[in-house]
Amino acid sequence: MTYTDGIVKPKTKRSKRFLQNREPKLTENIKNTMIMKGGNTTETVTQALKDIYALKKPNAVLYKKKNIMRPFEDSTSLEFFSKKSDCSLFLFGSHNKKRPNNLIFGRLFDYHVLDMIELGIEKFTSLKDIKMSKCPEGTKPMLVFAGEAFDIDNEHKRLKSVLLDFFRGPTVSTVRLAGLEHVLHFTALDGKIYMRSYKVLLKKSGCRTPRIELEEIGPSFDFVLRRTHLASDDLYKTAHKQPKALKPKKKKNVSHDAFGTKFGRVHMQKQNLDKLQTRKMKGLRKRRGEMAATEESTSPKKHKVDE
Amino acid sequence: MAACIEDVLAKAEKDEAERLKSISVQKELDLEFDLGNLLACDKNSVDAHGLKSTKKEDFLRSLARDNTQLIINEIWKHPTERVEEVIVVKLPEATTPLPREKPPPKPKPPTKWEQFAKLKGIQKKKKTNLVWDEVHKEWRRRWGYKRAKDNTKEWLIEVPENADPNEDQFAKRNKAKKERVAKNEFNRLKNVARAQKLPIPGQGLVPTPQQSKSDLTRAISVAKVSTASAGKFQERLPHEKAPKNTGKKRKFQPLIGNFSDERQKQLDILKVMDSKKPRIDMTKAVNRQMREEDSESRSNARKGPGKKGRRGNMSGKGKGGGGKGKGKGKGPKGKPQNQRGKAGKR
Repeated sequence: MTYTDGIVKPKTKRSKRFLQNREPKLTENIKNTMIMKGGNTTETVTQALKDIYALKKPNAVLYKKKNIMRPFEDSTSLEFFSKKSDCSLFLFGSHNKKRPNNLIFGRLFDYHVLDMIELGIEKFTSLKDIKMSKCPEGTKPMLVFAGEAFDIDNEHKRLKSVLLDFFRGPTVSTVRLAGLEHVLHFTALDGKIYMRSYKVLLKKSGCRTPRIELEEIGPSFDFVLRRTHLASDDLYKTAHKQPKALKPKKKKNVSHDAFGTKFGRVHMQKQNLDKLQTRKMKGLRKRRGEMAATEESTSPKKHKVDE
Repeated sequence: MAACIEDVLAKAEKDEAERLKSISVQKELDLEFDLGNLLACDKNSVDAHGLKSTKKEDFLRSLARDNTQLIINEIWKHPTERVEEVIVVKLPEATTPLPREKPPPKPKPPTKWEQFAKLKGIQKKKKTNLVWDEVHKEWRRRWGYKRAKDNTKEWLIEVPENADPNEDQFAKRNKAKKERVAKNEFNRLKNVARAQKLPIPGQGLVPTPQQSKSDLTRAISVAKVSTASAGKFQERLPHEKAPKNTGKKRKFQPLIGNFSDERQKQLDILKVMDSKKPRIDMTKAVNRQMREEDSESRSNARKGPGKKGRRGNMSGKGKGGGGKGKGKGKGPKGKPQNQRGKAGKR
């Protein structure tokens, strides 16, 4: 049928599940990352891509072949790949004379490019170059951003957001204390961005909180900021829009004060003390005819309206 | 004795201070934490001199160490619990807003039946999955394979009294079933098309086994206007009536109802009347413009061809208007004509 164009109807239960997993959801899946290289790359760039893939591993796809594209000029093929592999983050590495050792960090919203930030590698130490015991795969890293540029400059702010989105890993409710063993430290200084990756060693300090020692494990980069493509405010806002169902419901009549004490507000109607039943006596008993007459006037709703 | 106690206390205090010293870090501005993402932001300006004086790597590591110590201190403040021999800490919700991957899901558009059921207030009734089968004396599924009261598995069917005795009742039943399935599928496709805002299949004239009179009259009237001139020159039969129910029906606003709407409408009219600017009918204006351009280019073309060359040689730019204008007029000639045709239909 011609009408079914563009509507994919799954033929098996499995493919149905697969498609359902890709549909928009209230609470979303972990963002996947595609890591790809352009037509020309150097060893540095290739190794950098591999290392970042190692950091991201369960939630990333490493494209092995060259993909000749220029994301800043035409992002259609990027969007196509994102749709193919259901990825909303990407890292693109390339190398040319004008922009040597180039990495583009970016993210997509609804399979369209939201932000792209181009970083040039000035110095790179690979994961392999440092002979140390590494962190296990899939460790959720702690992220630290240092330097006032991340708070002042608009592009740096957005870069921080992109990097946070890129490296933060899965959202978790609890974390194992002994599992906090990886730190990614970003320092913005003199227009450069230093990315360092350390392993955390928890040492005894004599009190409950341990003392921290760090050991560099790589990869480490010295970046310079190059071109940027930031989303328009409009698009950025729509991308941040949370569905109504996710927002916590407002609880009525419950409040807390500064000390955390819970207060409740109770609404009461005025009690009519004249009609209060005190003691039953035969003499006070109403007769049948009277009952019917008085019943209408005593109903509380009506009473309220009269007031 | 008292001095002894004081000594002990002082020593304990000193010890405590020393212990804290190893994990405390001094910073001008406090760090901002978002423990849901295990994120810390250090807003202090990084000491550029320190970077130059000491080795870069060492400096960066000491900075990272201090910041990590602070974030670890913050995490250790949160309540911990033991889950399967492992100490875990409960993290608060992430506070940094991050963009979503895809827009929030839209509610599924209702099917035609759902619309109708809502209108009529029909509610879904849950049917039991199993029903009692009298023939087999056991509980069986209501639907599907090995269902109760399965009329496809009967080996004998009574021929109805008024039916043709030579008709195959089994084939008839099968055919009816197939028709029902096809109809259901067709309805499903219609629902899908409606949801996707595609042209809905099965609207207008569809082939049916027996056409009713109204269907036929409609078919005739549709056929009559389906000519190049929209049925303008189509002849009529001697006593043929003009087709009914074609064209738009006038719709009136309800007499009583939304007063705010009505008020708004009146206000809009007043606004138009008050404004000094003339109202422009865009389509009309555009059409007129195109017509003028067309006629101009035509007249130019009639004058043109002999002089064109000479003029072009004489003055480059000043004359360009004539030459160019002509090109413009001729090039998209197909288009404006089309558009005019459309406007005419309306």
